[in-house]
Amino acid sequence: MLIQKAADIPSSEITPESVYLKRRQFIGGSLLSSAALALSPVTFASAQKELTALQYTKATGDSPSGFYTSEALTPFQDVTHYNNFYEFGTGKTDPGESAHTLTTDPWSVTVEGAVDKPGKYNLEDLLSKVNLEERVYRLRCVEAWSMVIPWVGFPLADLIKQFKPTSSAKYIQFETLYRPDEMSGQRSRTSTIEWPYVEGLRMDEAMHPLTIMAVGLYGRQLPNQNGAPLRLVVPWKYGFKSIKSIVKIRFLNAMPATSWNRIQSKEYGFYANVNPDVDHPRWSQKSERRLPSTFFSPNRILTEPFNGYGEQVASLYKGMDLHRYY
Amino acid sequence: MVIRKVLVFILCLVPLCLLIYQIAAGQLGPDVGKALVLATGIWALRFLLLALAVTPLRQVTRIHELAQLRRMIGLYAWFYASLHFLVVLTYLLGWSWTIFIEEFSERPYMTLGITAWVLMVPLGLTSNRWAQRRMGRRWKSLHKAVYLIGVLACAHFIWLIRSDYAEALTYSLILTVLLLVRVGAKYKRALPRIGRGSHDSA
Repeated sequence: MLIQKAADIPSSEITPESVYLKRRQFIGGSLLSSAALALSPVTFASAQKELTALQYTKATGDSPSGFYTSEALTPFQDVTHYNNFYEFGTGKTDPGESAHTLTTDPWSVTVEGAVDKPGKYNLEDLLSKVNLEERVYRLRCVEAWSMVIPWVGFPLADLIKQFKPTSSAKYIQFETLYRPDEMSGQRSRTSTIEWPYVEGLRMDEAMHPLTIMAVGLYGRQLPNQNGAPLRLVVPWKYGFKSIKSIVKIRFLNAMPATSWNRIQSKEYGFYANVNPDVDHPRWSQKSERRLPSTFFSPNRILTEPFNGYGEQVASLYKGMDLHRYY
Repeated sequence: MVIRKVLVFILCLVPLCLLIYQIAAGQLGPDVGKALVLATGIWALRFLLLALAVTPLRQVTRIHELAQLRRMIGLYAWFYASLHFLVVLTYLLGWSWTIFIEEFSERPYMTLGITAWVLMVPLGLTSNRWAQRRMGRRWKSLHKAVYLIGVLACAHFIWLIRSDYAEALTYSLILTVLLLVRVGAKYKRALPRIGRGSHDSA
């Protein structure tokens, strides 16, 4: 089943940059979320930066299929203080405590490879050419816990189009920042990961309407520990594919290396599609704990193929042996 | 001595009390079950290593009363290991028999962990003086299984690692030292019989 809306916006409908920059003067337009405007910037108790509210289109039950779910949202406090972001330490609460040392402004993304417009782009320039929208997605970690998060972002396809990939661009690779003086976990000698963290997608996965680049969550800018200022979200794959704090994008002809696959290829594949029928060698993937999971309510639920997004993405993998290509 | 034993008994309950408090105060994060699995596991391992440390400590400090604490500490290791097993069954396996069988047979780290717990059972049951008297020399042979339990527990821990080896390595190192100390002690006992002629009364 094809999702028509997001991918088929003619360029004539794209908000001109000048209008977008003056958007606050267009307040009162029916699509803008008035709630976001009423909120003042949020500051964490632990001396972190203010998170400005974002302007975006809200997701509702009428949004295209898969863009929204009515399941209970995981509380903001849990989303921002229970993270796997080993660049800041391997404990779940480490990123929340240590990520404030990261500077995310200025930020640029270097684009290389099979494109007509490679180069180093300022994040501001990239964002001025896209429209922000909310996506309420499930996120399933390979560790068998999951969350429901209201992201704010834009289709990755809208970003890719800006670089004009050539026909030899079959895969896309992303790279996270390597800045050990600001990311304490990158200075660890007992970490299992080789820095910088890299991830990748097949081109059709990257262009899929569900795939987004997120710049915010819960209506505000991304906190550092969630991958500020720019991260990928691919909701039908295990969370480790949704790479954070992206600084480099490469367009390639062949399947790129990905960090977890490098560490243990028998456990972490390139595709990493959520699949209850393909167990992790060391634990079952048949169920997950939907967070918050408490002492009396473990919230144990059965895992769905493609994290419940099979209707939207299963066609990408038609004929593929998912036990072999995990 | 009784007062000392009571004190140690209460002290050994502190980790459990702390956990109960943290559950009630919501301080275990959004994945309480997982946090409990990790906490009970780490305390079981700590008590196990503590029990293995009693004899070397006694030899070094010459405080022979320490030996009287070894049984209590060992039993607490079994206690926390049992809590760990219970929490795993509840939050990770959902008390499903089919899932349990599958996990036990297909996940090596779980096989190791369950085996370690199963081995603790006969040791725990024979930890009283009545059993000691009835079993005689066989008691000591049986309770040597604690070394194997230590190795299985550390292997179980290492096999679970996804992110960072530091913690598991540290405990494995401690276990290695505690086992080597015993190997060294065995050698020391054997030495006088190997030609230290000038010190013999013969």
